[in-house]
Amino acid sequence: MSAVIDAHHDDHDHGPAKGITRWLYTTNHKDIGSMYLWFSFIMLLVGGVMALIIRAELFQPGLQFVDPALFNQMTTNHGLIMVFGAIMPAFVGLANWMIPMMIGAPDMALPRMNNLSFWILPFAFTMLISTLFMESGGPNFGWTFYAPLSTTYAPESVTYFIFAVHLAGASSIMGAINIIATILNMRAPGMTLMKMPMFVWAWLITAYLLIAVMPVLAGAVTMMLFDIHFGTSFFDAAGGGDPVLFQHVFWFFGHPKVYIMILPAFGIVSHIISTFARKPLFGYDSMVYATSSIAFLSFIVWAHHMFTVGMPLAGELFFMYATMLIAVPTGVKVFNWVSTMWRGSMTFETPMLFALAFVFLFTIGGFSGLMLAIAPADFQYHDTYFVVAHFHYVLVSGALFSIFGAVYFWLPKWTGHMYNESLGKLHFWLSFIGVNLAFFPMHFSGLAGMPRRIPDYALQFADFNAWSTVGAFVFGLPQLLFLWILVQVIRTGKQATAEVWEGAEGLEWTVPSPAPYHTFATPPVVR
Amino acid sequence: MTEQHAGGQDNYFVPHDSKIPVWIAFGLILFMFGFASFLNASKTGANSNLLLLWIGAGIIGVSLYSWFTNVIRENHAGLANAQLRRSYVWGMGWFIFSEVMFFAAFFGALYYVRNFAVPWLGGEGDKGVSNYLWPGFSPDWASGENPSTYRPGPAETMAAPSSITSWLAYLPFWNTAILLSSSFTIHWAHTGLKSGNRKGLTAWLGVTIALGVIFLFLQAEEYIHAYEQLGLTLGSGIYGSTFYILTGFHGFHVTLGTFMLMMCMVRVLKGHFSPDDHFGFEACSWYWYFVDVVWMGLFLFVYVL
Amino acid sequence: MMSKSRYLAQAAAAIAAMVMTMPVRAALEYNMPVGVTDVSRQVHDLHMIIFWICVAIGVVVFGAMLVSMIMHRKSIGHEPATFHESTKVEILWTIVPLFILVAMAIPATRVLVEIYDTGGEDMVVEVRGYQWKWEYKYLDASLNEQVSFFSNLATSRAEITNQTTKNENYLLEVDNELVIPANTKVRFLLTANDVIHSWWVPDFAIKKDAIPGFVNEAWTYVEEPGIYRGQCTELCGKDHGFMPIVVRVVPKEEFQQWYAAQLGTDSGDEALAVAQLAQ
Ligand code: HEA
Ligand code: HEA
Ligand code: CUA
Ligand SMILES: [Cu+2]
Repeated sequence: MSAVIDAHHDDHDHGPAKGITRWLYTTNHKDIGSMYLWFSFIMLLVGGVMALIIRAELFQPGLQFVDPALFNQMTTNHGLIMVFGAIMPAFVGLANWMIPMMIGAPDMALPRMNNLSFWILPFAFTMLISTLFMESGGPNFGWTFYAPLSTTYAPESVTYFIFAVHLAGASSIMGAINIIATILNMRAPGMTLMKMPMFVWAWLITAYLLIAVMPVLAGAVTMMLFDIHFGTSFFDAAGGGDPVLFQHVFWFFGHPKVYIMILPAFGIVSHIISTFARKPLFGYDSMVYATSSIAFLSFIVWAHHMFTVGMPLAGELFFMYATMLIAVPTGVKVFNWVSTMWRGSMTFETPMLFALAFVFLFTIGGFSGLMLAIAPADFQYHDTYFVVAHFHYVLVSGALFSIFGAVYFWLPKWTGHMYNESLGKLHFWLSFIGVNLAFFPMHFSGLAGMPRRIPDYALQFADFNAWSTVGAFVFGLPQLLFLWILVQVIRTGKQATAEVWEGAEGLEWTVPSPAPYHTFATPPVVR
Repeated sequence: MTEQHAGGQDNYFVPHDSKIPVWIAFGLILFMFGFASFLNASKTGANSNLLLLWIGAGIIGVSLYSWFTNVIRENHAGLANAQLRRSYVWGMGWFIFSEVMFFAAFFGALYYVRNFAVPWLGGEGDKGVSNYLWPGFSPDWASGENPSTYRPGPAETMAAPSSITSWLAYLPFWNTAILLSSSFTIHWAHTGLKSGNRKGLTAWLGVTIALGVIFLFLQAEEYIHAYEQLGLTLGSGIYGSTFYILTGFHGFHVTLGTFMLMMCMVRVLKGHFSPDDHFGFEACSWYWYFVDVVWMGLFLFVYVL
Repeated sequence: MMSKSRYLAQAAAAIAAMVMTMPVRAALEYNMPVGVTDVSRQVHDLHMIIFWICVAIGVVVFGAMLVSMIMHRKSIGHEPATFHESTKVEILWTIVPLFILVAMAIPATRVLVEIYDTGGEDMVVEVRGYQWKWEYKYLDASLNEQVSFFSNLATSRAEITNQTTKNENYLLEVDNELVIPANTKVRFLLTANDVIHSWWVPDFAIKKDAIPGFVNEAWTYVEEPGIYRGQCTELCGKDHGFMPIVVRVVPKEEFQQWYAAQLGTDSGDEALAVAQLAQ
């Protein structure tokens, strides 16, 4: 450990400190970005192993590997870890790395708080995962933790779960405040709002969503805590409360949350497509407006997750219409991407492959989302594998694919080395096949009537489930390949140029590869 | 750590490595873990102690203290340029917004139970059939009655008296008056600071702190009264639940706000803050306004309506 | 490792079983059932309409993408154009989807309104969820209980743990079925005793949550006598996957006999009064 002695290390252009303290004490946005990304990757593997346990159990009818109690814990923790541990931190990591470089800032606005936001996460997730080894077992009430299953009927470990959510929420809020402050306050002279790169725009809006809804989630778990330990009756009809109140509060958070997981992806894909089509992004302004509209609409659609709770008709209709409306701005984005490709000069490097697959598969996920939005039809879809298919299309082949794309896109800038293109392509193709094999059949099993969150199922669903399981393993393996590619590119590889990709636009491509430890200590001027 | 780097003071100050944040994260997890174990143990009646929680709190406290002293020291050393101060402004502003949303969750819950859940349970509205399960329950919010007799409601609620004149004997009314006037006093303290009137600053800040403390004292009185005389407790159904979660978290924020103002007082007495550089003070005052505004909402929706 | 090879063997056996059973299976179910009520048919139609609209839009969008990927690639020497905005097309592709959505919303609204029309029923059944079984109560017109019984999973433990072969209705069979008359508007009052459950019979297109302390309503009017199966669709704890629903729809006369037998009197006045509701 290198001791930090105040007297002697005040040269601002110094490189990183040595040893573990570099990571523990760092205030550097690049270090923190890397930590977020690695943390997220570890969580992807942990959550992925849980997914594989789920899929193994579902490979054929009957109980084989895990008992129902453990199965529920796997489903719950898989969802929680993927959403809060894998996808979110990955986007925050990308924001940390790229936003300062894209807007010409020396670092994030509040570097120490940045370090705090990160370091809360490993602790919080350690606490969450440790509950799995507690006597009572871990959380088993689904990632949506509906009361009273998560209150009166919950295992003891729920208290730890609640505090883990509080902590993860605090981390997200601090991260989001930092990102907003950075974007609003740290842009280089001349970089007006409407000149900002799409990724920055997407994150500005995402950060706003985060600050608006994470506290509401904190409120929801706080009410749970009070119901469990202090005798209140928020979610208990006997005392005048309502279990459905929980769902309203949760989804007021939860729906914007799912857009939090897709808006940064939209930003990333916009960059990748325009770079590899060698054409400026089509309809920049409309992209900004569409993103804002999606963010706005996301606050008034939450109850589409609750069509079957028996809302009054008027509520049902309102939430159906509002939800359907989201297809319009999202459509604008899809059309803009296609127009960006149109008459471009396309090449198909790994990032582009992931971006194209994103447009293709996310749209399929969007279509199934639209079907779910039709309330009377949702009575048939709700809580079946059709929903599982929907959200894995938007989350895995949507959010996760965009993250893969982003990593390949910016890796040369981060490490100074080109990754191995053939291995990258192999990673892509195996993932593409695996993801479709795993999740496409779920549409069928869902429509045929298979409920979600069950460890065992009736015989008519057997074939589709077998395929899904095979697909899940096919998708899992190339993620190890991805790890190998990463390790390789950090160690060696062809030296990357500053520009990296032919004709790439943006400030991040003006600094050398690898990007120096401190960039833009004096702001560049943007014309 | 206070040397300026080559670019001089115009450059944005990016602090060096800091041990503080990771310690806070560590303190937080000890605190939370300790708290959770304590709650679980007390629920089952097992041996419970708060040792871990206090260690965590201690770490957090010490770390925050050194964090703030660091920032103040850097500021005095001239490292904080105008741009950095703007970052603080944005940071505090959005932090308060997040707090607003935290309270919004509870206000939303109150709105929902009063307008939907309780009427439905009592046989009114779209889902009035639910009354089938609770024969005899009538949905009168002000009575605090609960659907199930297993959950006895309070003998009396905190609802405001019907005639304005009897408000003089109504504690929440006085609390409202106190917080409302504290908004003015903190504003005057700020004006004093900006015009270089240190005496005025000290005096008005002192008055604000006093008002905060009085508010908390009265609030405690009210709670004791509610628990002991009215039988209005956390366990007395949804009225008690919403009442205490809203006023409780508000009271907690007032406590925090008062503490922050006290810290400002310490700094004022040490001669900190200048007429054109006093973000520390301003941030605390914003927080105080926010706490006041929440109370106005509370007074209206929890007590009066 | 012992267990690993056992798993492998199991997997191999499963694949073999899958291949062997495939041709025997009559029709692979892969779509939403059409069902046996007017509502379920309408919901199915709605589902198909939206599906085909999405397919059509997909063909256009993915078609354009594919054309572009094939024709506008650098490797065949295509030079990039420089256009990057057009307010006209932006407006166009905002308005057109909007119209498509309105066109979807109209039939959706109509069906939803019909589903919500719970009045005018001929008989009332209370459905109550428990961890992990259902209870059915037949109520009279003023909601007093007449007949009630529990409905438990009937699949044997041995089948679930793979000790015996699984029968055709594996996990979808109960000891006591809910019996209702055909050609009758049956109103369901759904509630639960512990946590939230959800009562789903795909062939009726009914899925409604059973929420402790509250009552939800649903209704059905089945024309076709038969046996219809469904499952609990809200995570309700350990055995959420093991609380199926089986509804036996019988002709009215048969129902009356059955009901009278349940009451223990074959022609008690009360019994008839309720049973006659069904006429
Ligand atoms: C990244 C995350 C993400 C995204 C982006 C979306 C996007 C959408 N989602 Fe999804 N959703 C989830 C994540 C996401 N969802 C999750 C995790 C759940 C399950 C939670 C749980 O219960 O565990 C869920 C569940 C869910 C439900 C509840 C289902 C149920 O439980 O019964 C519904 C219902 O309305 C829904 C709808 C939609 C809609 C309408 C969109 C729209 O935004 C999609 C819009 C996109 C398009 C429509 C495609 C592109 C558009 C065009 C090409 C234009 C032209 C098209 C038309 C006019 C049709 N989603
Ligand atoms: C946000 C993102 C996200 C991501 C990325 C994933 C990724 C995956 N998910 Fe999941 N999923 C959710 C979010 C996500 N999921 C949510 C929110 C739920 C709902 C939870 C709930 O109901 O409460 C859910 C639920 C869910 C279910 C339904 C469970 C149920 O209802 O009981 C299933 C079932 O198949 C599933 C499968 C998978 C699979 C196979 C992957 C794969 O993509 C995972 C791939 C990754 C790996 C496999 C790990 C990497 C590889 C290794 C570690 C090496 C070992 C590998 C081999 C030897 C092959 N997920
Ligand atoms: Cu009962 Cu799920
Ligand atoms: Cu949603």
